[in-house]
Amino acid sequence: MRIPLVLAVMLALPLTAVAQGADPNLSRNLAATCSGCHNITGNALAGMPPLTGQPKEALLRTLKDYKEGKRPATVMHQLAKGYTDGQLELIAAYFAAQK
Amino acid sequence: MTGFSRREFLKMAAAGAASTAFAGCAAVPEAKKTIGRVVVIGGGFGGATAAKYLRIWSQGTIEVLLVERNTDFVSCPMSNLVLGGSRDMTDITRSYAKLRDYGVQVIRDEVTGVDAGNKRVKLSRNQDLPYDRLVLSPGIDFMHDAIEGYNAQAQKTILHSWKAGPETAALRKQLEEMKDGGVYVLSIPLAPYRCPPGPYERACLVASYFKRAKPRSKVLILDANPDVTSKGPLFKAAWKDLYAGMIEYRGNAAVKTVDAKAGTVATDFDTFRGDVLNVIPPQRAGDIAKGAGLITANNRWCGVDWLSMESVAVTGVHVLGDATLSAPLMPKSGQMANQHAKLAAAAIIELMNGRQASSTPLISNTCYSYVSDKEAVHVASVHTYDPKDKTLKTVPGAGGLSPARNEAEAFYAWGWAQNVWADMLG
Repeated sequence: MRIPLVLAVMLALPLTAVAQGADPNLSRNLAATCSGCHNITGNALAGMPPLTGQPKEALLRTLKDYKEGKRPATVMHQLAKGYTDGQLELIAAYFAAQK
Repeated sequence: MTGFSRREFLKMAAAGAASTAFAGCAAVPEAKKTIGRVVVIGGGFGGATAAKYLRIWSQGTIEVLLVERNTDFVSCPMSNLVLGGSRDMTDITRSYAKLRDYGVQVIRDEVTGVDAGNKRVKLSRNQDLPYDRLVLSPGIDFMHDAIEGYNAQAQKTILHSWKAGPETAALRKQLEEMKDGGVYVLSIPLAPYRCPPGPYERACLVASYFKRAKPRSKVLILDANPDVTSKGPLFKAAWKDLYAGMIEYRGNAAVKTVDAKAGTVATDFDTFRGDVLNVIPPQRAGDIAKGAGLITANNRWCGVDWLSMESVAVTGVHVLGDATLSAPLMPKSGQMANQHAKLAAAAIIELMNGRQASSTPLISNTCYSYVSDKEAVHVASVHTYDPKDKTLKTVPGAGGLSPARNEAEAFYAWGWAQNVWADMLG
């Protein structure tokens, strides 16, 4: 049996992504809030580390560590607190899926 | 390797199918079919970002025309470094050329009017542009009339330099030509105005130049606001520690009159003489917004629906950036305009496909200010939609300020500029 493309994509995504319901572009839109500082449409430039293509678990751990104040930062500890854990997971999954 | 690079976009556009660069988009068009046209007016932080992201996120299915009157983009953020002498104009100037690689049609022209009824933009040199939706990112224009004597003649020598470009270079020249022992007067309008911490950063960087080159000179800040409007303790610490005796700050000191010939400015109570007068007038949404009937608040700002950035006054027109009636605690900053643009681009694509805009938008702001050539500070905030009050509100407990000025953030500030310029322009 062939699995329809939409369903295949949904199966490949974590539960949180399916749970976004009303906004199928939520992870994309959330990830775009990072891109003012971390250029994501080209090579990351001076200063901020690249996000695209980072392994999901590593990126999520870093973001959560910022949020929980476990990782020193100049600004990321303040920004990470503005996102729910679910939103951070969507962002990490999104960047991990980018090649 | 990167997300949606220019190369990837071109490859995808050529193949007429989505590449892995668009993972997360479940619906993939069989072939590129145009579903409509968006005209974007203004190639600043808001407009250029919107044009680029409309092309990427619509997978080339929306035709995007960007109208901009200037040949190149000149950044307001970082322009105070030019005044301080540590950067020059080429460092803050970028080309629009790469936007064409994303399929954005860049039209260099002056908009003379918007006919929202017939969905057409009128241009000075080219034919009218019909649109399905319009994005207006007009920035600000100045209310010189609010200050007596600040007429066209006076504006030749008393500069605001609050739009980066020729006035940035001209003010730098005035500072270079000023004698040691001279006084630089900086007048700040009542909030809201573009870039709340910008004037205080400017005071720091001009003082840093004086300290180096003209140590007997003074900076006099005349602020119409009762106190420093942004990053107050951080700026005041810098003034005290780095520029002791050089910067004088006066709050509740709105400049009401200027006299270009005499080289003076006056508040209700005092007259001040300066060798360089830098008077930033009160501001409102850019002239184009006024002409298009988009100004809805205090005769100055454009009210928008924060789910889509669509004007509350004119259907099918989305307003971005400094021109908007800001949501609570939302600064008029370049970074904020960049985030408005992505919110709007996502919403416009949904609306043009007959769907609804997301009901849960989130945007964030990080705004750096230099206090010297070597040290900087930041303020950050995250904003989410409150369905009850129908506006974006800051997330409690998130965001904040630098605890103290530091060298690391001067490095990050310049990095931010490189990245955000690349995000908007290619």
